Amino acid sequence: MKHIKTIETRNLCESAKNGGCGECQTSCQSACKTSCGIANQKCENEKKETK
Amino acid sequence: MPPFGGIISVRRILMIHRYKLGGMNVVLDINSGAVHAVDDVAYDMIGAFGEGSREDVVGGIFQKYKDSGVTLEDVLECYDEIEELKRAGTLFAPDTFADMAGELKARTSGVVKALCLHVAHTCNLNCEYCFASQGKFHGERALMSFETGKAALDFLVANSGSRRNLEVDFFGGEPLMNFDVVKRLVDYARGIEKEAGKRFRFTLTTNGVLIDDEVIDFANRECSNVVLSLDGRREVHDRFRVDYLGNGSFDKIVPKFRKLVERRGGKDYYMRGTFTHFNPDFLKDIETMLDLGFTELSMEPVVCAEGDPYALTKEDLPVVLEQYEKLAQLLIKRRREGRPFTFYHYMIDLKGGPCIYKRISGCGSGTEYMAVTPWGDLYPCHQFVGEEAFRLGDVWHGVTNKEIQNEFASCNVYAREECRDCWARLYCSGGCAANAYHATGSVKGIYSMGCELFKKRIECAIMAEIEREAEEQDS
Repeated sequence: MKHIKTIETRNLCESAKNGGCGECQTSCQSACKTSCGIANQKCENEKKETK
Repeated sequence: MPPFGGIISVRRILMIHRYKLGGMNVVLDINSGAVHAVDDVAYDMIGAFGEGSREDVVGGIFQKYKDSGVTLEDVLECYDEIEELKRAGTLFAPDTFADMAGELKARTSGVVKALCLHVAHTCNLNCEYCFASQGKFHGERALMSFETGKAALDFLVANSGSRRNLEVDFFGGEPLMNFDVVKRLVDYARGIEKEAGKRFRFTLTTNGVLIDDEVIDFANRECSNVVLSLDGRREVHDRFRVDYLGNGSFDKIVPKFRKLVERRGGKDYYMRGTFTHFNPDFLKDIETMLDLGFTELSMEPVVCAEGDPYALTKEDLPVVLEQYEKLAQLLIKRRREGRPFTFYHYMIDLKGGPCIYKRISGCGSGTEYMAVTPWGDLYPCHQFVGEEAFRLGDVWHGVTNKEIQNEFASCNVYAREECRDCWARLYCSGGCAANAYHATGSVKGIYSMGCELFKKRIECAIMAEIEREAEEQDS
């Protein structure tokens, strides 16, 4: 596309199919300890959907 | 007339977020998670899309840009690109998650997978700003016994269901004041993890005072992460991080931290600082950490009561927001120079980050994650310890206060009115329950200053990630 460059991202709607394994870390626990945000969490799902 | 100074419709506020940062135009499609870097024409047109007919929108944009060398064909082509992305579900994607938020969270609840072990409710530093009130959490000084810690680990294994990765933090106070128990608990966990089909991942959070060669060997062998408390510049660090005689700890701990990190062999660590009203210009503290050779950094706003002298004020907010922008620019600059560093809040994996379950469920406090006091009491997280009303139970009898646990189980991003209409909801997941409680008296409230800081951080993180991708393509 000429005007819009789409960055490759995980499709959240698709992630509903195989997500929810729960193996990822609880959010602030091993780092900041005072503020929650999940965007910087690693996904540890071994059956993660592929594009 | 929108979007050139008028009101943008609520429908589109809920679906997309547009911002300009670092010379870049960014459009986030909230519900699909798609990220778009766009030119000026597309930026304005996405803002106007849906506000009128194709002719109206194209006409308005053409009028604005025709003297800048933009042709009508360009503008029509841009409109087609937007429509194509909309059809593909990566622009103006509807929210299909709200109605099933409770169900999505339930799928990740029902098991415990992480504990914060408060092995020492005492500390060898006397930091006035400590949210744990100098390690005592508003209670008596105490050390956790091995038997209590062992019962906590048994509780974790017994309640972890099919989860393989179990996280355990050694926290306080200062956990190294109970180092012998820490070592024995790790030995115990290593002895049971294989048979239990689990993998323990330990984190040690320390002020550094008691670090010696034995601690370094232990931490680098057994702990998947180490959190080291350093506030940055010597004068900033020593303003609060003093011993009971009032002596600053900077000169004592920095050599120890450097030795630990040098020997860590690339394993994870965070140099974690706190900034307050006295140093909203915290970028200088980040730069001090970098000058000292540390590259894995976290810098957090102080958590305290609103009236405390060191509490961040509304007047500090613009300064702090500017610091986050400058920090993102520094991150990009050093990466280009081959001297990269990590800032905890700017870590973002757009391709493989958290699934929608995680994004809706939030941090897991009170359900997947609990804190354990030296006496074996369970609390929803380390920031609730000392708040008697939030005591969940204990490690011998499990969770007995189901009412409180249910309150946390029902926390999801759509449970907060303010979050339902926020563009950042699937990046922050509703925020910190403890911050919300302390700010509003409810775990389902919001801590509005925290929201402002978070939104700026995520804008910066995404901008830096787009820049990184462009650099990779260029090379």
